[in-house]
Amino acid sequence: MTTRAPAPARPGPAAVVIDATGLHYRVLNERIHAAVAAGARSIVLEGVCGQRYIGDGLEGDLAIEVRGVPGSDLGAFMRGPRIDVRANAQDGVGNTMSDGLVAVHGDAGDIPGHSMRGGRVYIRGDAGYRVGIHMKAYGDEFPVVIVGGTVRDFVGEYMAGGLLVVLGLPGGHGRPPGRANDAGRLLGDFAGTGMHGGAILVRGAVDPRCVGREVAIDPAGPADLAALGRFLPEFCAAFGLDAAPVMAGPFQRLSPRSNRPYGALYAY
Amino acid sequence: MLINVHRPSPVPDLDFKVPSGCGLTGLISQKGELLPGDAIYRSLCSMEERGNGLGAGYAAYGIYPDFAANRAFHLMCDTEDARRAAEAVLRRDCTIRHDEPIPTSPVKALKNIPVLWRYFLDIKPEAVERVGGGATEPDAVVRLVMEINRKVDGAFVFSSGRNMGIFKGVGNPEEIGEFFRIPAYRANVWIGHNRFPTNSVSWWGGAHPFGLLDWSLVHNGEISSYGTNRRYLESYGYWCTLQTDTEVMAYLFDLLVRRHGLDFDLAAQVMAAPFWTRIEREEDPEARRLSSALRAVYGGALVSGPFAVLVSDGKSLVGLNDRIKLRPLVAARKGSVSYIASEEAAIRCICPDPEALWMPDAGVPTVVTVEA
Repeated sequence: MTTRAPAPARPGPAAVVIDATGLHYRVLNERIHAAVAAGARSIVLEGVCGQRYIGDGLEGDLAIEVRGVPGSDLGAFMRGPRIDVRANAQDGVGNTMSDGLVAVHGDAGDIPGHSMRGGRVYIRGDAGYRVGIHMKAYGDEFPVVIVGGTVRDFVGEYMAGGLLVVLGLPGGHGRPPGRANDAGRLLGDFAGTGMHGGAILVRGAVDPRCVGREVAIDPAGPADLAALGRFLPEFCAAFGLDAAPVMAGPFQRLSPRSNRPYGALYAY
Repeated sequence: MLINVHRPSPVPDLDFKVPSGCGLTGLISQKGELLPGDAIYRSLCSMEERGNGLGAGYAAYGIYPDFAANRAFHLMCDTEDARRAAEAVLRRDCTIRHDEPIPTSPVKALKNIPVLWRYFLDIKPEAVERVGGGATEPDAVVRLVMEINRKVDGAFVFSSGRNMGIFKGVGNPEEIGEFFRIPAYRANVWIGHNRFPTNSVSWWGGAHPFGLLDWSLVHNGEISSYGTNRRYLESYGYWCTLQTDTEVMAYLFDLLVRRHGLDFDLAAQVMAAPFWTRIEREEDPEARRLSSALRAVYGGALVSGPFAVLVSDGKSLVGLNDRIKLRPLVAARKGSVSYIASEEAAIRCICPDPEALWMPDAGVPTVVTVEA
């Protein structure tokens, strides 16, 4: 398992500051790449508003702080850097990312962790639909998505590997007014539909009617708690949370009943 | 019956394709304040990546105070002859109070610009009587719009409300916004659309918003039930002539809300019907019976496929997703102004610090209504 030490969360005094105000995403990303090529290891992006593809494909030891709401596909295909978003993020955070860390200090939109191969996506608040769709693990590559608040329908859809964690902590603002404290709605519906690998750990009760038929619900076991012990302290540190009460659980484990749920679907 | 023989000339889109989806944005003042068009223009233009230059449009409410009591018809016509032919049909059924070209500014990039004309008019009482069966003025307007769009070759009514107007064409949001001088209008409800056509041709009439009476509607997605919905609507006198799937949703709102008296929550339950598994789980037997009845009665109005839509009748701004949330939608509020858009950044660029910002639930409408 890849356990590269993350870059510091706070950029040091040597940070390169780029003002993204009004810049097209292509121009902004060219400036980021130019700064990296010139040796920057810490970059602060000011005035971000909707620019797509920030951090995409970047490699190695690098910290990026995003001030403002980044556009879709933040950190896609990324291999190693750490991105801190000091706001909400849009759709597709960490799309097909293979190493590094994205820490979203607000809420995230739909499909964070889409097709992720490795690294960590941490979301402090709530996340949208299809969190971790088609995540997969292979060899040393092991993707982890942790959502501090709640998720909507289809979490872990077609999930093939890695770890998804839903903590149900207060503090997210992504849900519609009046529905923020909808009891028992940590997961939305159709959790784990098509899931055939990996595990979803949920801190709190799971309504079996909200879970796909191909998914088993069990109390978390020692291996699950060990995995939480590896990643939750880093999650809590990223957002200044006390890890002990978060670790206390209790956690439920959602895992696939079969590694080939649709093996007989089209075979007559 | 004749059908419209107009053949829109599609713009080949193979060279334009980008991995994207349409962009939607809308805002409403609940206090009825007039908001400058500059805001919707900047919000829509911020989502440049969601379109590919093959369509953009705006709808604005409250823009014609001098003719607030009259119908405002916006027509697009291939030729001046087509406009005159459409005008003859209008004169048969309407008293025209004023008419003029829709004001535009030259934008070099725009091509195949049709003749664009607006008429402020009143439907004659005898035209309403001719519809028969206890018909009302709006029924006569629907019949008139359908007749022109089906039977007058090369002429289309693309806006037919009161004190509102739709402005749209083939171009990107900047070009269409500048062309129609959108930043110069002030409206209490705005919706905008940046198009990335997938399964339908790109032509001026196929751009969004789609409208009928006071309705305007913009859509991101694909309506795979288009054929079913279209046939269903035909049985109620709505004819789809604009060669884009979205058209059916504009007419479905008119049928369900205006004619059948459903509120937006019920209309959403028809179009984005809850799954039977969710209906079976419903604990309140009355709610279960209602949901089952809506699905049974309105099967032909179920909209399948991915969609996010914004719709307005001038009194409300409504956002609605398909029931499994296959397209993005974000809502926000600050003071008396509410926003709904495809992307949070499209809201933040015109309202940096909303009091509340959230993602609506799939299949559940976000309804913001002007205070009476």
